[in-house]
Amino acid sequence: MSARDLFTFRNRHFRAAVGVTAAILIVTVIGGFIVLPFAQPWVQFANAWDAICSAAGLPQRTAIVAAPEQTGRLSEVVLTSSTLSRSSQEAIGRGATLAQRCAICHGPTGISRADSPNLAGQYSAVIYKELHDFRSGARTNAVMSPFAVNLTDQEIADLSNYYAYLPRLPAYHPTPQLPKPNIVIYGAPMRGIAPCGSCHGSLDNKIGSPWLEGQSEAYMKAQLQAFASGERRNDISQQMRNIARAMTPQEIEQAAAYYASQPADVVKAVD
Amino acid sequence: MLANRKLILAHFWLAFAVFGVALTLGAWQMFIRSPIGTWLSNPELYYRSLTAHGTVMGYVFPTLVAMGFGYAISESALKQRLVGVRWAWAGFWLIVAGSIMAIIPIALGRASVLYTFYPPLIGNVFYYLGVVLVVVGSWIWVALMSINLRLWRKAHPGAPVPLAMFANVAGSYLWAWTAVGAALELLLQIIPVAAGLKTTIDAGLARVFFSWTLHAIVYFWLMPTYIAYYTIVPRAIGGRVYSDTMARISFTLFLVVAMPIGMHHTFADPQVGAGFKFIHSAFTALVALPTLLTVFTICASVEIAARLRGGRGMFGWIRALPWDNPMMLALAFSFVMLGFGGAGGLINMSYQLDASIHNTQWITGHFHLIFGGAIVIMYFAIAYDLWPHLTGRELLDLRLIRIQLWLWFVGMMVTTFPWHWVGILGMPRRMAYFDFGDPAIAPQALSVTLSAIGGFILLASGILFLVILARGMRAPQADAGPYCFAVAVHEPATVPVALNTHALWVALMIGLTVTNYGYPILTLALNEGTSVPAVYVGAQ
Repeated sequence: MSARDLFTFRNRHFRAAVGVTAAILIVTVIGGFIVLPFAQPWVQFANAWDAICSAAGLPQRTAIVAAPEQTGRLSEVVLTSSTLSRSSQEAIGRGATLAQRCAICHGPTGISRADSPNLAGQYSAVIYKELHDFRSGARTNAVMSPFAVNLTDQEIADLSNYYAYLPRLPAYHPTPQLPKPNIVIYGAPMRGIAPCGSCHGSLDNKIGSPWLEGQSEAYMKAQLQAFASGERRNDISQQMRNIARAMTPQEIEQAAAYYASQPADVVKAVD
Repeated sequence: MLANRKLILAHFWLAFAVFGVALTLGAWQMFIRSPIGTWLSNPELYYRSLTAHGTVMGYVFPTLVAMGFGYAISESALKQRLVGVRWAWAGFWLIVAGSIMAIIPIALGRASVLYTFYPPLIGNVFYYLGVVLVVVGSWIWVALMSINLRLWRKAHPGAPVPLAMFANVAGSYLWAWTAVGAALELLLQIIPVAAGLKTTIDAGLARVFFSWTLHAIVYFWLMPTYIAYYTIVPRAIGGRVYSDTMARISFTLFLVVAMPIGMHHTFADPQVGAGFKFIHSAFTALVALPTLLTVFTICASVEIAARLRGGRGMFGWIRALPWDNPMMLALAFSFVMLGFGGAGGLINMSYQLDASIHNTQWITGHFHLIFGGAIVIMYFAIAYDLWPHLTGRELLDLRLIRIQLWLWFVGMMVTTFPWHWVGILGMPRRMAYFDFGDPAIAPQALSVTLSAIGGFILLASGILFLVILARGMRAPQADAGPYCFAVAVHEPATVPVALNTHALWVALMIGLTVTNYGYPILTLALNEGTSVPAVYVGAQ
């Protein structure tokens, strides 16, 4: 009674076990790779080999369907939790010099009077990503793109560090604080919309998502509409486009009005 | 009394203590996302709790029960000293260390990835390392079970291995091999990203690796239950095992067909070819075979007990069964839940039927009914049966035990039936919040509320279980005698070598893993450009 006596076709148990297992495997392979592929009248296969490759999940480009034309660039920025996590005083100083040219729209203290985003105290990863996207063309804007197109990697990092370093100040036109609308704290589960607050603060913050408190209402509304229409497309994996498309115009207004009415100094409470 | 009672008690107490914590979290989760709870406004807390619940119930609790029970079986079925007690303690402490290491990042909200990991979600590296330690600790047990059986064989050449030990070692081999899938996922895919060495992850490949583990792990959870069916229940109710051979065939079939079927968890995944999904689906159907064999054999064994007690007639014997015996009660409840859960499982494993319930609450209902119901109720029974042999004291309050088992059964039914139902209605799983004010889902509020109430019944039963065990530690001393297992009607004098060793079945298990997983894993691993950026949990 040893392995030698067991692992031989003279042993009837071995014969039966291996035989039955192999037979089941062969039958299921024939079923899954030949019979069932051809049983789908809506799929055409050139030959049996084509059917087998398809059932095996072999990635192949079918001649009939052309790959969709790539229009416009997509964001190539990869953010990790350690992106720009160590800023030096020198970097902030260089960023402050560079930021002189941003002040005309984003304000000398990083607080805008012109419905541009307030940058004072924004997460460095957010500014880093947007500047990269403006530079690469993944995001375009008639005013912003020319500023970004000539920035070097170093300048982008310095600007991000500088604005992240600035204290968060009240918005230029503060409005009375509004209560949290459902879309911000609950989202709309039945339409696949996560709560705004689960990424943008109020509930939680996810890397690459800006905090929105005190930002311009008009700006946020315009961005949501741009995401919904597909005009803006630098969001990773279509996260914002999927959400904005499913939002009602009323929800877009509620979310924009709510975040615009919040003082920027509450952001820290949920960081 | 068992010689290694300290070791076994340590495993059981740790298992049941963490079970109690995870059960409380589970009941809280049912409550908080039901219409009777006020919404937390923070989904993160829900997922944190869900991760802890799943990690404990999936990895720590059943593994510890299987290990403790395995040591008891090795000692009492082989009637020889357990070799490697120090190693066994090392394995235990590894599990303790791993559990603590994993639970800290979960509690801090740094690893809310759920116990199934869900790449490209990436949590804190210590969470994954903790899970690895738990698995490594359990592998020590696998090795010890194998070594102890080998020593016994040397001392008893050619003798039939006692059924309990044969099944126990089959379960340990199944676990050793099935855990390799998750280990590969963790070591090759997730931990390099969590440790900051990489920023992208091949989520599709990682999911295929996990499916390797995800289904057979259920059969590893199931093994102690099936061992109890065959080797404890007939003895406890005064019957005999109808067929020793049938039992061995069932356990060997589990080894072979539990493994190459995991892709029925990835029916909706585009990275797996439809042909492989069909093969896995077909093999999943085969796994019903050992369960049906078991149901038949155990019903026949129970009938023997009834007829010995004077039961008559075609069905009249059922009345003659010792229904006040907790073991009888647990078995009956377990079979009812196994029946419903198994029927639901047939839908999950069918490629087409699955489409209607994939990723819905039906799935959560299904695995709670099978694992939490059919399997865990037998864990209770095992603990009750072993307790006097571990403590040297009698468990006196049989009435309380019966109430506990009834509560668990009723609680599980009340929890899982509405859960299945809302799944059919399309309610998705893994959601922290449902707005029952929305007219689209308002009619489901009643079912979800019922389910939450069931959760509290289960919690009450779980607390009662712990109370009974704790009281059992203080009961008057009584010698329970040696721990023994059920005897077959025809005790085997000789067993064919194929059914007395595991080699052939382990070889078939590995062979089928290669045929059913080899190609999908290779193509995914060799394909360039299939990785996606990791999504870091709790990252700022």
